[in-house]
Amino acid sequence: MNVSLQREKQDDAGEATAVADACFARFIDVQKSYDGVELVVKGFNLDVRRGEFVTLLGPSGSGKTTCLMMMAGFETPTHGQILLQGEPIDDLPPHKRGIGMVFQNYALFPHMSVAENLAFPLQVRHLPKEEIKRQVARALAMVRLDDFGDRRPAQLSGGQQQRVALARALVFEPELVLMDEPLGALDKNLREEMQYEIKRIHAELGVTMIYVTHDQTEALTMSDRIAVFNDGVVQQLASPETLYEAPENAFVANFIGENNRLHGEVIESIGDRCEVRLDSGETVAARPVAAGGIGARTTLSLRPERVGIVGEGDEAAFDNRFQAEVREVIYLGDHLRTRLEVCGNDEFIIKTPNAKGFPSLRPGQTVEVGWSSRDCRALDA
Amino acid sequence: MSESSAIPLTTADGIPLKTSLRRAVRRSRIRAFLLVSPLLLFLVVAFVMPIADMLWRSVDNPEVSTQLSRTAAALEGWDGESLPGEEVFAALAEDLRVGQEARNLGLLSSRLNYEKSGMRSTINRTARGLRTLDPPYKEALIAANTTWGERDTWQILQRETSPWTLSYYLAAVDRQLSPAGDIVKVPAHLEIHVSLFWRTLWMSLVITALTLLLGYPIAFLLASLPLRYSNLLLILVLLPFWTSLLVRTTTWIAILQSQGILNDLMVALGVIADDARWQMIHNKTGTIVAMTHILLPFMILPLYSVMKTISPSYMRAARSLGGRPFLCFRRVYFPLTLPGIAAGGILVFILSIGYYITPALVGGQSGRFITNTIAYHMQTSLNWGLAAAIASILLFVVVVCYLVFNRLIGVDKVKLG
Ligand SMILES: Nc1ncnc2c1ncn2[C@@H]1O[C@H](COP(=O)(O)OP(=O)(O)OP(=O)(O)O)[C@@H](O)[C@H]1O
Ligand SMILES: [Mg+2]
Repeated sequence: MNVSLQREKQDDAGEATAVADACFARFIDVQKSYDGVELVVKGFNLDVRRGEFVTLLGPSGSGKTTCLMMMAGFETPTHGQILLQGEPIDDLPPHKRGIGMVFQNYALFPHMSVAENLAFPLQVRHLPKEEIKRQVARALAMVRLDDFGDRRPAQLSGGQQQRVALARALVFEPELVLMDEPLGALDKNLREEMQYEIKRIHAELGVTMIYVTHDQTEALTMSDRIAVFNDGVVQQLASPETLYEAPENAFVANFIGENNRLHGEVIESIGDRCEVRLDSGETVAARPVAAGGIGARTTLSLRPERVGIVGEGDEAAFDNRFQAEVREVIYLGDHLRTRLEVCGNDEFIIKTPNAKGFPSLRPGQTVEVGWSSRDCRALDA
Repeated sequence: MSESSAIPLTTADGIPLKTSLRRAVRRSRIRAFLLVSPLLLFLVVAFVMPIADMLWRSVDNPEVSTQLSRTAAALEGWDGESLPGEEVFAALAEDLRVGQEARNLGLLSSRLNYEKSGMRSTINRTARGLRTLDPPYKEALIAANTTWGERDTWQILQRETSPWTLSYYLAAVDRQLSPAGDIVKVPAHLEIHVSLFWRTLWMSLVITALTLLLGYPIAFLLASLPLRYSNLLLILVLLPFWTSLLVRTTTWIAILQSQGILNDLMVALGVIADDARWQMIHNKTGTIVAMTHILLPFMILPLYSVMKTISPSYMRAARSLGGRPFLCFRRVYFPLTLPGIAAGGILVFILSIGYYITPALVGGQSGRFITNTIAYHMQTSLNWGLAAAIASILLFVVVVCYLVFNRLIGVDKVKLG
């Protein structure tokens, strides 16, 4: 149904197509409340381009599933609008939206065989029997389960069930696929394998995918763009690289990757450089990102791998240098994770490669650490 | 691998592993047995023994062989063609004389009366008149009562000397043995049991279907409402269990009788004329309405327990795959509730074919069940053998239903709470 709509539009004009492609799926200022007391989703905005892989990442209870359910039509937004290919879909029931969906528990129909599960969306579309057979075989081949068509879902492993769920969401060729923590129940190895598998299928079919997870590694490795969710609000929407390298606020900096935090007050700010007096008295040079003006409280965010030990050779760029006491050294094979006390923060982590030329540290030892002010981001308090 | 399995495994102190394992589990077995023994004993006394007794009574046939033992012995060599000889008549006279003195000919005469009507009075009169009879007994007995001159009488007597009989079962299915020993239908006006069996079965089916029809939406509602409301509703479903069965049944009389609430209402609303009140009680309608009401919870509870375990994501998945709501229900939700339908169905069906009190109170003549006939033979006609035979057939039907059910659905798949 939507497919045909889209086709018509494509014939219409190239310009319209470009618009539809840029805003393939859109949430405009969407709010949702279940109980009329509390907003679970507060002003959610998201534009998804055609063929994009967008991830909603956030802690448990932040409203990710709710957003997905509103897109799929199982929940209605309390406020705002959801557009699919430029058309509002508020009045469209779920079965007419033509959106493929993979559920967290897979929701494979237990009383049907794998092949029957895959045939279901084709049967309800009244495709001819031969065609259904062909498409089911193709879908099974796509997820590499050619010989499993006659099995019941209960006779498959978790990873295989996951593949079937994926194949079922794709077999009717939807243009948009929603996935709600599809890998949540799998163990680590299988999860990595399936991440690769999903990426491969995404690239192969060029479908648009909205993916929900609370696993940041998963989000970073798979997505074109990530919407970091907290408390019903998108904290930052950006590519994985930007999220990691240039978090816009303290929540994102904390949530994505490891992060050293120092709290203090802005005492001077000129262009892209500011001075922050820490609560422990030291003054640190930093790059202002989301800090307020002079006198405002701020949190400095510093990635562990951007901190070096003075004496290793790259200290020329370090415009911040402090004495630090080694508290703990954790051996991780290819690198060492060292916990230090720096500027009154004894949870300060640095990572040093386990390679020739790097000094070995021992607890109790005093060293000098340093970092560049460009890597030290002054964010909101 | 093969070497180690050839040598018996032993524990550290050299005792074979199997022996020490047996020893270790014996104690826990004994404890488990002691824990269940009170219930086991109760079940044996209150359940197994009565059923065994019932099955025994349905074929037990002691009357002729014990009370007419001499006659039985004398009849052994009889060819069954012509009337037996004098020695058989003399044995009969002696048996009756002994029986009359002990005053215990009642059971015998009733028993023979089932086989040949009129035998009760024949035996009683003959026994009373014995004192005035003189040998030769053959002529004397035939003169006293012509029944003794009929070959049928003796054929039946000879047949019933066997210590067990199928005639109760035959009677239970409206059949009897002809004097020659063939199975024949009873006269049409006495045919009641088979039609009663069929009526019991189809009315039970109707009741089961109605409980399913009424219970399915309720169970669905219960399973899909938030816990707060569903608990309240569940209490309403269970409420009837807290009310006496008798009260619930008689309430239906108050509602459905011709001067009852429903009829009064209909007359008042002008739906029916005062002289054309509906007859809704003391007939099939009464039985079906009251029993559907009483057995409804037994359908709702298994359905509810199955529906509760069906994740809403199945329906959502089906919808997202493009199925219209009704199609999703038919292809996805309904098949998943089949175990609940089967469990509730078999429960209600088996309960209702054995139901007694409600059909007895509201069934009248046309709404009676086979159980009411069993009760009649237990309490009024005192034909316990026939009651036992009918009850055994009912038991057999239930067991067959259960086996079919187990074959189709699997009892282990059923959850009841
Ligand atoms: N059907 C519902 N009725 C009422 N409240 C709900 C309902 N579904 C979700 N909520 C509430 O809405 C909030 C967001 O829920 P949601 O399921 O969207 O979170 P999530 O981000 O998907 O979390 P998770 O990572 O744990 O799946 C939660 O506080 C939850 O309690
Ligand atoms: Mg969720």
